[in-house]
Amino acid sequence: MSLFEEVKTQPNDDIPVRRITINVNGEARTSNVEPRLLLADLLRQGLKLTGTHKGCDTTNCGACTVLFDGRPIKSCTMLAVQADGHNVKTVEGLATASELHPIQEGFKEKHGLQCGFCTPGMMMAAAALLEKNLNPTEDEVRWALSGNLCRCTGYQNIVKAVLWAAEKMRAESN
Amino acid sequence: MYPSRFAYESPKSLAEAVALLDAGKGEAKILAGGQSLVPMLKLRFAFPEKLVDINNIPGLNYIRFDADGSLHIGALVRHEDLEFSDEIARRQPTIAAAAPLVADPIVRARGTFVGSVCHADPQGDWAATMIALGGHLVVQGPKGKRTIEMKDFVLGPYATALNYNEIAIEAVIPAPKGKAVGGYLKLERRVGDFATASVAIALDMDGDKVLRAGIALAGVGGKTIDANAEENIAKVAELVAAKAEPRTDHRGSSDYKRQIVRTFVKRILTANSIQKAA
Repeated sequence: MSLFEEVKTQPNDDIPVRRITINVNGEARTSNVEPRLLLADLLRQGLKLTGTHKGCDTTNCGACTVLFDGRPIKSCTMLAVQADGHNVKTVEGLATASELHPIQEGFKEKHGLQCGFCTPGMMMAAAALLEKNLNPTEDEVRWALSGNLCRCTGYQNIVKAVLWAAEKMRAESN
Repeated sequence: MYPSRFAYESPKSLAEAVALLDAGKGEAKILAGGQSLVPMLKLRFAFPEKLVDINNIPGLNYIRFDADGSLHIGALVRHEDLEFSDEIARRQPTIAAAAPLVADPIVRARGTFVGSVCHADPQGDWAATMIALGGHLVVQGPKGKRTIEMKDFVLGPYATALNYNEIAIEAVIPAPKGKAVGGYLKLERRVGDFATASVAIALDMDGDKVLRAGIALAGVGGKTIDANAEENIAKVAELVAAKAEPRTDHRGSSDYKRQIVRTFVKRILTANSIQKAA
């Protein structure tokens, strides 16, 4: 049996599942889930939002970072049932139909990715930082991203990308 | 990785949560931030029959300094709430020093202070900090509330004085007797790693005088270690006093003079009578 199933009908009482509704990137998504299902797996396999990556699956690497009511969390370390009634923003929620988010642009402009695996988590951690602080120092960027591991870039261009995005977002907000 | 199967409850009140734990007869586990518990479930180091998620219980998310100066931290306060609190930075330097060193920024956004204390990981930052600060926990059980002093709380690795049907609802750090001074240092191989070793020191100072000293260690033993700062100063004073060879004369008995040595060593080591170079 699958651990998740997005459904429109009432769940069967015999199955140990719970009906949950999560606001994902602005859209209410209802699923039946077993309590042991992790949020990362619901997003990827249940809701087919595969932008969220699972790297280590042990709370180390931060590749699965999403925003939970605006705060960054590792979605491999939260149960999907806990997100019932909450807002979740994934990397798919950054861009609009017509344009990239400044953070995404920054990664493009500053070559902030190589293999790209850590990138969604990096972007969401950066989004959480810029939400609080639109004028971060380089140290503050490094500090905010210190829970996200990248094995390719050496981080230099990721930091530049976030600083680039911050500058652009400041310019846009003025 | 999936945890093994468990029932999930998300009570809306403390009474309901305690009743669920009580009915669980030790097989139910509290889920707060989950930043230690969920990895342990996934690795199947833990396999409770039931999880009692306390995140939806109102009234547990507060950082409050009372009029008497004591600090109260509710069970749902996240590490980052302490890290970014101006009042903590101003008034509780030991906590302010430790907060940015807990795990990594993303874990700090979700994990809770009280949960970390109750997890009693020998490498945990907060249990050591609480011991150094001489704090206590307020816990709620089926028969009401009780207080557990931190020095009596951690019994061993991941083992505490909390009963299966009790929830720690608040951590309390008593008002400093003078000015709160302190620090927390941790060596970790990289951000988010467990401590190779860490030391928490909390002092209550009146000018140069140390009114109270607390030292605790994490990562260097089977559980959080209370280094018994005050007791150790007493031990040093004892060793020094034993070196004395006083004779009874018109200025006092030999015992009296030995006691003076003991007292002087204590006073100087606690900076009550320290002389500073200009």
